[in-house]
Amino acid sequence: MELLTEWLSWSPRLLEGLWVSVQVTLLALLIGVPLGLGLAVLSGVRNRAVKWIVIVYVEIGRGMPAIVMLQMVYFGLPDVGIVLTSYSATVVALALTTSAYTSEIIRAGLRAVPEGELEAAAALGLKQWDTLRYIVAPQGLRIALPTLLGFSILILQVSSLAFTLGLPELLSQAYSIGAATFKYLSVLTLAGVMYLIITVPGGWLVEGFEKRMSKHLA
Amino acid sequence: MMELFLKILVAVPTTLLVTLASFALGAVIALPLVAARRSRFMLVRGVGKAIIDVLRGVPPIVFIFVIFFGIGADLIRWEPLPAAILGLGLISAGHLSEIYRGGLMSVHAGQYEASAALGLTGTATFAQVIGPQAFRVAIPGMVTWLISLLKDSSIVSTIGVVEIMFVANQSARSSADGLMPFVIAGAVYIALGTPLAVLSRWLEKKLSFGRSA
Repeated sequence: MELLTEWLSWSPRLLEGLWVSVQVTLLALLIGVPLGLGLAVLSGVRNRAVKWIVIVYVEIGRGMPAIVMLQMVYFGLPDVGIVLTSYSATVVALALTTSAYTSEIIRAGLRAVPEGELEAAAALGLKQWDTLRYIVAPQGLRIALPTLLGFSILILQVSSLAFTLGLPELLSQAYSIGAATFKYLSVLTLAGVMYLIITVPGGWLVEGFEKRMSKHLA
Repeated sequence: MMELFLKILVAVPTTLLVTLASFALGAVIALPLVAARRSRFMLVRGVGKAIIDVLRGVPPIVFIFVIFFGIGADLIRWEPLPAAILGLGLISAGHLSEIYRGGLMSVHAGQYEASAALGLTGTATFAQVIGPQAFRVAIPGMVTWLISLLKDSSIVSTIGVVEIMFVANQSARSSADGLMPFVIAGAVYIALGTPLAVLSRWLEKKLSFGRSA
């Protein structure tokens, strides 16, 4: 009973934190996924230089731990004159990570579009851009959708690392309540439960999507 | 710059220790989890699934904080290193059990039937027939997880394990140069992860080729 009243009294602050977590996650996705699409398209062009730049960017973005990216943007960039708040630094760092990962996810989706579609588009005399815009992108993104959704859930989890920048997201709120009350176990568990409330049903949704898609393909 | 690089390099063994120890721990704990997930009893299956969902659904840093600050403050005192290995080990168990399960599901039902027809015991069926085939399918996924784990190990800097990220963070705070430590740390992680990525791709090719032959 005591636990329940405790949890209830902490909930408003934690929910406030969760809202910040969700905000930075959504903003990062909103910026990062279109960037990822752009990179995926660029990785298919014939120009060697462009191709290599994309590969290097993606490999760095995926090879670097998210916490390094976050701290580099927040603590490191002021050195070269770019000073960001912890909120915008989180959005920027997560968007960069998102763009690198989603470019690979989307690239796989675009490649999964059957060759015949491209040939048909060429036979109809569609321009390259129109082929991409009307034929490849809609189908490719559909194929990539479940994986993208799974990745979005992952980014919500990663947003907890913004704790290290002092962003008042869910983990920061839980930690400071813990520091004030010494009830770390209780408050951190509640924070964990709040993440689970989003990530677990999210995972089910992804599974359901995957099943539906594979049924469609089979 | 050279000095900074060396300082970070000295922390590499700790990063590798955390990564490999938690991977080994996870690889073992994943076995009972996957067994529970495939149990005959619905209740056991449900509990197994719930545990795996929790292990995979809570952000790693939250999980490690629960273990280090939560359990650490209330029940037993931890050093950062064992808390880090236990935390990342449990998370690994959740992910690896799903990878094992994928491997098991890829083994054709006929293999079970053939084993039964040959009169093999349950243990022998798993140890000598199903296990090796499932493992083969699971290996590339396991290496992929190892790469993720290498990167995730950077978050244990937050509880005071002196690994790559911890040193980078300290250097950035204590010197005028705030950017360089993170650039070097990032480069070191990429340098450590790239051979693993190459290995993973090679294994995937090699193992799938072997199967069709």
